[in-house]
Amino acid sequence: MAHGDTVPMPEAQARRAGIASLLRSQMRNIAPFLTLIFLTAFFAIASPSFATLDNVGNILTQVSVTGIIAVGLTFVILCAEIDLSIAAIANVTGIAVAYFTLQESYVNIANVPLPGFAAILLALALCALLGAVNAFGLTVIGIPSFIMTLAMMQIAAGISAMLVRGQIAYKVPPVITTLGSGSIAGIPWIVVVAALMLLLGHLVLTYTRFGRYVYMVGGNREAAEYSGLNVKLILGSVMVISAVCSGIGGMLGVAHFGSAQQNEFDTYLLDSIAAVVVGGTSLFGGRGGIGNTIVGLFVLGVLNNGLDHVNIDSFLKILIRGLILLAALVINVYAQRLRAKAADQPRCRRVGKAMPPGVACTPCVSKLGARWWARRETERG
Amino acid sequence: MTDSRPPLLELQDITKSFGGVTALRGVDFALRPGEIHGLVGENGAGKSTLMKIIAGVHTGFSGRFLLDGREVHFNSARDARAAGIAMVHQELSVAPDLTVAENVFLGNQPTNALGIVQWRRMAREAAEQLKRLGIDADPMSRLGDLPIGVQQLIEIARVLFSGARIIILDEPTSALSPPEVERLFAALRRLREQGTGIIFISHFIEDILLISDEVTVFRNGRKIMETRAADTSKAALIEAMIGKGRDALEDSYTHDITLPPAPAGKPVVVEADGVSLARNLKRVSFAVHAGEVLGVYGFMGCGQLELARILFGKLAPDAGELRMSGEANRFKSTADARRAGIAFVPESRRDMLFLQEPVYKNVSISILDRINALLLKPARERALAQRQVEQLQIRPADVEIELGLLSGGNQQKVALAKWLSHPPRLLVLCEPTRGMDVGAKSDVIQIVRQLRDQGIAVIVLSTEPETVLSLADRVIVLKRGEVVREFAGETISKDRLLEAA
Repeated sequence: MAHGDTVPMPEAQARRAGIASLLRSQMRNIAPFLTLIFLTAFFAIASPSFATLDNVGNILTQVSVTGIIAVGLTFVILCAEIDLSIAAIANVTGIAVAYFTLQESYVNIANVPLPGFAAILLALALCALLGAVNAFGLTVIGIPSFIMTLAMMQIAAGISAMLVRGQIAYKVPPVITTLGSGSIAGIPWIVVVAALMLLLGHLVLTYTRFGRYVYMVGGNREAAEYSGLNVKLILGSVMVISAVCSGIGGMLGVAHFGSAQQNEFDTYLLDSIAAVVVGGTSLFGGRGGIGNTIVGLFVLGVLNNGLDHVNIDSFLKILIRGLILLAALVINVYAQRLRAKAADQPRCRRVGKAMPPGVACTPCVSKLGARWWARRETERG
Repeated sequence: MTDSRPPLLELQDITKSFGGVTALRGVDFALRPGEIHGLVGENGAGKSTLMKIIAGVHTGFSGRFLLDGREVHFNSARDARAAGIAMVHQELSVAPDLTVAENVFLGNQPTNALGIVQWRRMAREAAEQLKRLGIDADPMSRLGDLPIGVQQLIEIARVLFSGARIIILDEPTSALSPPEVERLFAALRRLREQGTGIIFISHFIEDILLISDEVTVFRNGRKIMETRAADTSKAALIEAMIGKGRDALEDSYTHDITLPPAPAGKPVVVEADGVSLARNLKRVSFAVHAGEVLGVYGFMGCGQLELARILFGKLAPDAGELRMSGEANRFKSTADARRAGIAFVPESRRDMLFLQEPVYKNVSISILDRINALLLKPARERALAQRQVEQLQIRPADVEIELGLLSGGNQQKVALAKWLSHPPRLLVLCEPTRGMDVGAKSDVIQIVRQLRDQGIAVIVLSTEPETVLSLADRVIVLKRGEVVREFAGETISKDRLLEAA
């Protein structure tokens, strides 16, 4: 089925078409980055106190807990699932680690003091268990993750309530206190932990077999199954990973805030989802990654912090955050469509058959050149 | 019935092409009131294209379209419906969670002046209509709870009683049991008496001969023959459908092919023993030896898809078992099947490939655990993929290219390539050459033969006789979920295959 009637475009026009198509297909990565630059520039101009080294440290510290939770959530969203129980699991894990630590005498909680390492291990086991329940519901029973984790949100909140009974606990094991509120060489430990966890998440997603499976399951679940991957095992694993990341975020968060109590992490649910999605990880799965999540974290961090610096009405602040999130969702969905369009080949006017786009085939744009060549060859073949 | 009456529908000199491919060339077609007109032809002969033109789905074509002697132009399927043309598609399109009555009246529920649905009237009328089709179903029960055959009949009922003057039925009998077919035919005959024109498409030539007044045969986008059903026979129709010695491509399959004798002394790789699955499969048994290609032929809906999925651990049979090298398989997931050495290529490429990802990731996905335990080794992946790409002559020979940019035939080769870096013990192929051009087809045939010669057992499932004939050493024919015929060590030809099915 050879088609000789694909007229080459003039070269300049062709190059423009190539760049446009590259931009379109990279919209997912470009848009969040531009948003970040725009917001930073805006606040730097609007407020003299914003663009200072101190404030950069503030922003980093402020996004750390969200960042730790968002690592696991990135895995889940890459698989085209969702986890609404992250904040509740963070909360219950933070409360659990305090529950197993000796509190001051005035704290009226019937707690079970244990050595620090045991408290930490028990708390981690708890969040892993809750994640495993999510995984069981999603893969074995077949409850959609949206509903399953909604139920888990309530369950975890319930366990939190049972443990603290309306009281506030303050003490956590010393190592958690250090990681949550101490610093090393002027850098808060919590920022270091968040950075290390983001790095670890990135390495797992990019360089391990499991990471590849996560992308493949998210990209085309049916194809993953017909390729002989154990899709349920992979989906179950990401739910557990998400819960454990949330638990770590919760323990450090409790140390960071200096107290463990009910509903302490409620805002982190939306913040974490927003960070992942604003960063450009596709809600449809298979596209994005930790790099996107980091950009998303900074967008949120700069926005939250910057709005404080320009002294805006705190109620308006909530509205603005909502609007930004909406804009990010619109971009997320459009990026998917634009990608689809960028992949769609233009049609030849004469025969109506897909034809190669007129991308300049110069070595300097080798990737585009390769694409062009691919299409040309497939047309000929 | 009487040719003196003016046609209800008349198409003159219809030509329709898609891209460079001409699907219909100068076709004339007429349907008279009170006529059941059977259409036969192979896949891709142009039947469905013609039907979609009549139903307003395809709009750009050349030729004249006359309804009651007046020329009409439909812009959409809705226009066709408004003109009294209704179509029942081959795939079920019912709402399983709605009641039977709601399904019968889908889209035109009886309402009162306020626009409120009159449930009681709807239930009563639905029950009446279904009774005329011989269906005894509670109009208020959930449709999805009924057997598939009954669901199909209810969908047909919806169209039959929609008041359409022209009704197109595409393979209506493939999921129906013999008594259900009888009831459908009785309803069609009643409609015929009322003057409705019915177009009946089927691969089941017996059904066509039984119900039709006129039969039209299509081949390669042309109308080959139109005859009264009473004046023809199954053999004559099959001969007209496949056209002896007409096209060089089809040539080899219209002659007799002698299947090789059963391989002696080769071990049995996989054995099915009485495999059953709901209505889809009934006690299917067969065995495949190492170095043998078993062809499974049957019409759409004969149970092939289900059989293939049972082989790959996606579905679990209700009864019977599969044995590999004598041991019973109990696959909990497709991953178990892959580890047991089974490779699977489904009939739809979209279900098999990651179009957004580069070629090498698609090729390596099924063998990643053999390349590495934990960390990826992209260089090895690329090298393995490059070797497959060269061996299978995938164009372009670049493993970095996004798979979606390759042509369909090359994508299909990638779907095969992913299983070849580590050769499986059993390869299950569904429709391996569907929609491919001649060159790609012969490449795929070559690849499968090579694999067979290496001692791999291959099962090829197809609804296209050429595919089965060109690949298989032995053929079983499935019909409505049952093995009705096995061809082994004897001569076989396309008409004998079609006749068996």
